Amino acid sequence: MSDTTNPPVKTEEEPPSGDSMMQRIVAGNALISVLAVVIALVIGGFLIAFANEDVREAATYFFSRPMDTISAAWTAVSDAYIALFRGSIFNWEATTFAGAIKPLTESIVFAVPLILAGLGIAVGFRAGLFNIGAQGQIIVGAIFASYIGFAWDLPVGLHLLLAMIGGAVGGAVWGAIPGVLKAKSGANEVIVTIMLNYVAVYLISYTLKQPVFNPGRSGQKSPAVAESASYPPLIPDWLVPGNSFRLHWGVIVAILATMAVWWLMERSTIGFELRAAGANPNAARTAGMSVGRITVITMVIAGGLAGLASTAQVLGTEGALTAGVAASYGFDAITVALLGRSKPWGVFFAGLLFGALKAGGFLMQSLTQTPIDIVLVVQSVIVLLIAAPPLVRAIFRLPDPDRPRRSARTAKKQEVAA
Amino acid sequence: MSTSTVTEPVPDTEVDEAVVGKINYRAPIVNALAALITLLVFGMGPTADAETTFQVSSGSTMFSIPNISLPSLITILVLGFVQLGAAAYALVLVRARRTVPVWLHIIVGLAFVISFLVYAGAGRSSVIPVTTLLAGALALSVPLIFGAMSGVVCERSGVINIAIEGQLLIGAFAAAAIASRFASSYAGLVAAPIAGAMVGALLAWFAVRFQVNQIIVGVVLNTLVIGLTGFLFSTVMSDDAALWNARQPLSTIKIPLLSEIPIIGPVLFQQTILVYLMYVIVIVLQFMLFRSRWGLRTRAVGEYPKAADTVGIKVNTRRVWNVIMAGAIAGLGGAFFSIGSGLAFGREMSAGQGYIALAAMILGKWNPKLAVVAALLFGFSRNLGNVLSSIGSAVPSELLLMLPYIITILAVAGFVGKVRGPAAAGTPYTKS
Amino acid sequence: MKLELQGITKVFGSLVANDHIDLVVEPGEIHALLGENGAGKSTLMNVLYGLYDPSEGQILLDDVPQRFNGPGDAVAAGIGMVHQHFMLVPVFTVAESVALGYEPAGPAGVLEMAKARQHVLEISERFGFEIDPDAKIEDLPVGVQQRVEIIKALSRDAKVLILDEPTAVLTPQETDELINIMGELKESGTSIVFITHKLREVRAIADRITVIRRGKVVGEASPTSTETELASLMVGRSVSLAVDKEPAEPGDVAFELDKLTVLGSTGTPVVDKVKLKVAAGEIVCLAGVQGNGQSELAEAILGLADTDGGAIRLDGEDLAGKSVRERLEAGIGFVPEDRSTDGAIADFSIAENLVLDLYNTEEFSRGVSLSPSKVAANANVRTEEFDVRFTDIHDKISTLSGGNAQKVVLAREMSRPLRLFVASQPTRGLDVGSIEFVHKRIVAERDKGTPVIIVSTELDEVVSLADRIAVMYRGKIVGIVDVAKAGPMGVNRDVLGLMMAGVSLADAEAQIAKDASATTPKSDEEVPS
Repeated sequence: MSDTTNPPVKTEEEPPSGDSMMQRIVAGNALISVLAVVIALVIGGFLIAFANEDVREAATYFFSRPMDTISAAWTAVSDAYIALFRGSIFNWEATTFAGAIKPLTESIVFAVPLILAGLGIAVGFRAGLFNIGAQGQIIVGAIFASYIGFAWDLPVGLHLLLAMIGGAVGGAVWGAIPGVLKAKSGANEVIVTIMLNYVAVYLISYTLKQPVFNPGRSGQKSPAVAESASYPPLIPDWLVPGNSFRLHWGVIVAILATMAVWWLMERSTIGFELRAAGANPNAARTAGMSVGRITVITMVIAGGLAGLASTAQVLGTEGALTAGVAASYGFDAITVALLGRSKPWGVFFAGLLFGALKAGGFLMQSLTQTPIDIVLVVQSVIVLLIAAPPLVRAIFRLPDPDRPRRSARTAKKQEVAA
Repeated sequence: MSTSTVTEPVPDTEVDEAVVGKINYRAPIVNALAALITLLVFGMGPTADAETTFQVSSGSTMFSIPNISLPSLITILVLGFVQLGAAAYALVLVRARRTVPVWLHIIVGLAFVISFLVYAGAGRSSVIPVTTLLAGALALSVPLIFGAMSGVVCERSGVINIAIEGQLLIGAFAAAAIASRFASSYAGLVAAPIAGAMVGALLAWFAVRFQVNQIIVGVVLNTLVIGLTGFLFSTVMSDDAALWNARQPLSTIKIPLLSEIPIIGPVLFQQTILVYLMYVIVIVLQFMLFRSRWGLRTRAVGEYPKAADTVGIKVNTRRVWNVIMAGAIAGLGGAFFSIGSGLAFGREMSAGQGYIALAAMILGKWNPKLAVVAALLFGFSRNLGNVLSSIGSAVPSELLLMLPYIITILAVAGFVGKVRGPAAAGTPYTKS
Repeated sequence: MKLELQGITKVFGSLVANDHIDLVVEPGEIHALLGENGAGKSTLMNVLYGLYDPSEGQILLDDVPQRFNGPGDAVAAGIGMVHQHFMLVPVFTVAESVALGYEPAGPAGVLEMAKARQHVLEISERFGFEIDPDAKIEDLPVGVQQRVEIIKALSRDAKVLILDEPTAVLTPQETDELINIMGELKESGTSIVFITHKLREVRAIADRITVIRRGKVVGEASPTSTETELASLMVGRSVSLAVDKEPAEPGDVAFELDKLTVLGSTGTPVVDKVKLKVAAGEIVCLAGVQGNGQSELAEAILGLADTDGGAIRLDGEDLAGKSVRERLEAGIGFVPEDRSTDGAIADFSIAENLVLDLYNTEEFSRGVSLSPSKVAANANVRTEEFDVRFTDIHDKISTLSGGNAQKVVLAREMSRPLRLFVASQPTRGLDVGSIEFVHKRIVAERDKGTPVIIVSTELDEVVSLADRIAVMYRGKIVGIVDVAKAGPMGVNRDVLGLMMAGVSLADAEAQIAKDASATTPKSDEEVPS
C-alpha cells in the first residue's frame, strides 16, 4: 500500500517482496490446481447439504437414524452437482442434439468476457500491477461500444470493427487513468482502480438517463445495437439445425486475444519490458527502461482487453447497453487470472471453467433451488487454495517438490549475507 | 558525534549560488483550482437575486433556530475570493519554503463545500437541512470508521487488509441472524465481531502462515463472504425469515445534557450503543497505538519486523492476533448495516463500503484520528448527494455520488501520493 | 561471562554454512572472528543470538548449556548483538528503539517513556555518548545509530556483546572511537565477539583471532600475525592482493563532471558540486566510507538519480537531462552497486539477463518482435567469453552463485563498444577467484582506451586497481591521489584514511609525515602495489 520505504539499511537476506509475490502468482503446477478444484467442490457440497431443508429435517433425528441425514445430504449434493454438469457441459435429457450441447455453448458464452478481462488482469499482474479495475473498464468500454453500435450507421464489417475498437478504447482510457496517476504521482493502483469502479457504476447509470441512450425513457436499457455491429452467431443453423445458441464470434476474438497476449508477453520487446518491470522495477530502470511508461502501456493494454470483454456482451450476448452489463465479470476475472496463473492459456482455460460454473449454476438454481452464490464460494476457495500450495499438499499429504531447490536458494542468500 | 580529528574540508573558493530543493507547488495549485471551480462553475449558476435557505433544527424543544437565508451569488463570490486569497497565501508560503498550515486547507475545504451547497440550493423553495445532512453523514460514516480502524490495526502490524469489505458484510449477516434467532439485538452485537474475527483469522492464516499475497487473499475473501452470505441468505434465512432474519434494531440511547447541544447534540449523542462503542474504540486505539507497549510493538512489527524479532518479539504471532482483532472491529462495524440501522440482512448490504473504509485509512495516513476525519468526509459527501437529489437539485445525483470516489483518487494522487504507510505492510516475515 | 560454542553446524538445504565450529571466548576478552564475505560468520552469530536454530552442536555460557528459542532467550542469557544492518525502526525515537521489547510500562501496558528516556541518558552518560533520547532514528548519522544499537545491547545487561561488521559504515576516525568504546567495555568485564573481514582492525583490537573459511574454523591467530599471514589463512592460499596491470596510458579527457550536484530526499546535497575529469584509458576509483555520495554520484552518471545542477560531459556532450536509455546508447556501461536489486532480474533467465538493456537493439529484435534464437545465441557466446558456470542458459539467474551472476552483469555491460565504464562495488561478496577475474576484465576494458570509474569502499581494491583515487567525503571530492606518482612504497593508506574523514590531501600528507617522524613507522603499513 502506497510508497513503502525500506529501512535505511538494505536487508539482503530477505527476498525482495515484489519478486517473489509475482513469481508465486505465475509459478505452480497443474496437479495443485486440479486438487484445489476438487476440495472446493467438496466444501461446496457440504454447504449445499447444510442448507438443504430435507437434510436439516433429517438431522433433527440424526442420532436415531443417521443414515437418513447422510442419504438426504447425498441426494441434495448429487442433484445439485448433476444439475451443474447438465447446465454447463452436456444435457442428456434434451430431445435434440442442439439442446444437448447447448449447455456447453452457454458455458463458452459466459467464458468469453471472463477470458478477455482475465487476460487484461493477467497482463497487469505480470507487470507487477494489481488492476482491480476491470469492472469499471468493462463498463466504460461497453458505453463506447454500444454507442457506436446503435448510433452510427456503417457498412457491415466496418461497423463491427469500429464498435470493437470503440469498446477497447473505452476500456483503455479507463485503464490509462490509474496507469498515468501511478506513473506520475505514485498513486497506488489498487485504490485508484477500486475507486474508478464505483465512478464507472455511477457513470453508466448517468449515461443511461441521457436522451441519446434512452430515447423512449423506457428503462435502463439503450437501443439495440445494429445488426451490422453485432457479432454473428458462431454456429449457423445449417450446421446444427434448430439451434438457439447464443454463441457468437466473440469466442474467436477471445482465442485470437489469447494468442496475441501470449505473443506480446513472450515474444515482443514490450512484453520483455513489462515482465522486467514486474519482476524487478529497479533493475528495469537501471537497464534503461522507463517504468512509468511501462505502467501506462500495461494499464492501457489491460483496459483495452477489458473493453473487448465488454463487446462480447453489448455486441453479442446482450445486444444493448444495460446498467448491469458488467455483471460481476470484472471481479470474477481477477480470480480467473489468478487461477490461470497469469499465463495466457492458463487464463483461457480458467475462464472456460468459471464460465461453465456460471452457466451450470443457473440450471442448478432453477432445478434444485441451490442459489448460484455457491459458485462464488467454490471459485474463491479454488483461488485461495491455489495461492497456498502447501495447504493443498498438506491436505493430500503430497511431498513438497520445491523444498530442496528453494532452501538451497535461501542458503545462497544467507551465504552472501554472512 | 565527535569531530575532534576531523577538519572541515577546504571550502570551495568560487562563489556559488545556494543549492536548494525544488519548490512543491501542490498546495497553492489545489487551492486555486477549488477557487476557480467556485467562481467559474458555482458562480455561473444562480441568478442575481436568488437566495439559498439553510435549515438548522436543534433536535430538542429547548431551542429553536430560525432558517437562515443567504443571497446565493454574493455568498459564492465572497467564498470564492476567500479561497483565492488562501491560494495566494499558500503560494507566498511555499515560495518562502514554509509549510502550508492545515487550517488553510480546512478553510478552503469548508468554503468550497458551503459555496457548493449555496449553489445547489440557489433559488429553490426547498431548504437545505443542515442537521439532517450531518446526522446522515455520521450514519454513513459509522461503518467506514469501524472499517478504517480495522485497517489501521491490521496495516500497522504489517498486513494489508483488503478484506474489510468481507468483514463488514459478515458482521452485518451474523448480527442480523443471531439477533433474530435469540430475539435480542445485543446477541447480534456479540456475534458480529466474532464473525468478523473469523474472516480476520482466515486472512491471517493465509497471509501469515502461507504467505499468500495479502491483496489477493483480501479480494478473494471478499468474494467468499459475498458468496457465503448470499447463499445462506437465499436458503436458510429465506426459508424461515421470521426465525433467522427478523428485524432487531438496537435501541437509541440519549446521553443526558450532551444530546441537548444544538446541532451536534442530536447528531452525536442520540445514538445506539454501537456508535458509542465506536467513539470508545477510536479513542482507545489512538491512545494505545502511540502510548502503549502493544502499540510500540505493533508498529515495530509493521515497520521493521526483523528489528522486532531481534528483541524477542514474536512477529508472526503478533500479526496473527492483530489481524484477528482488526477483523473483530470491522465485524462489529458491519452490525451497523443490519441491527444498527434497524434493518434485516440483505444481499451484499455492505455495498463496497469496506473499500471506502480502506481509502479513508490511507487518506488518514494510517492514523486513527485522521482516518476518522477522512471517513466523516466520505460520509458527508455521500449524504450530500442523497440530500441534494431528494431536494431536487439541478446537479445530477450520479455526479454527486461519484464525488467521494473522485476525491479519494485526487487525494491518493495528490495529497497523499508521497505518504508512507507502514514500511513492511504487504511483506510476509520469515526468519530463515 | 565465558562463552563457548561446541560443534555448531548450520545447514541450509544442501549448503553447509557452519561446519562443526568450536569457539571459546573468555570473560573480558575481545575475540575477533575473521573471515571473507560468505564464510559463515554472520550465520554463526545468528545461531548464537537465537535467530537460527543450529542443526547440530551447543552453546555454553559459563559452562552451562543453553537452548535459545529466539533472540529473547539469548538476550535474557546475557548476549547482546549489534547487527551489521542496524535493527532500528527508522520512525521510532531513540528512547522507543532502546525500550522496544523491554518497555517500562504501567497498568494496561501504558508506556512510561520518562523511564525509557532516563535509561538512555544514563547509559550514554556512562560511555560519553551524546545522544538525544527523543531524536528520530532516521534523522541520525549511521555512527550515532550504531551507538544506539550499543546502548540497546547494554541496557539489557549484555555480558557478551557481538559486533557484526561494525566498521563497514564508519569513517576511520569513527572506527577509532568504536575501538575505544570496545576497550572500555572490555575493562568493565564484557566479552566481545568482533566479526570482521578487515585485517587491520583485527590486529588493532583483538586479544585472540579465530579465522573461519567456508563455514569451518581454519585456525587461530594472534594479533601479532602479519596481514599477509591473516589474509592467506582467511582465503586459503597465499594471495597477491595486487592486480597485475601495466601502467596506464591515459589519453585525452573523455569524461567530465562539472559541479555536479544531487540533492537527497531532505533537500540537502548528497553530491555537492563535484568536479572530476577522467581520461580515456585510465581507471579512477572513487573511494570513501559508504554513504558519502559515491553511490549517488554513480547513479547520477547513468541518470538513475536526478541531478540538481552541473554537467555530465561525455566526449564534450552534456548528458544531464537525458534518460537512462539515451545514456546507455551513448556508450555507458554500468555495473550497479547491488547486483540482486539493480543489476539483474532474479526471475529472468541467464539469457534474458544478458540482454536486459540490449533487447530493443537491432541485434535482438525487429520492431517490437524479439528474436529468442538470437538472445540464446548471444548468451552462449557471452557466457563462454566470461567463463560463467551454468547448467542451462534458460535457467533463472538466481540459480547462479554470486560470482557467476556478477560475471553475467559484467558480460552484458562490456558486450558493446563503450565510451565510459562505471562500476559500483564490482566485487562485493565475491569469492577470490571471481574477484581476480573481474579485476582483469576491468583492466582490459581500460586498456582498450575506455575511461573507467570504479566506486569501492574496499581500500584494498581501490589501491590495487586505481590509476587515480578520488576520495569522497560528505558529497565532495576532498582530493585526488595519483597512484603513478606515489613512488615505490605505493599509496599511503593512512593518508587515504584521513581523507575519507574529510581531510584534504595536503593536510593529510602533512599530518602523516608529522606522525611518522614522532613514532617509528611500522614495517607493514604500506602494501606494495
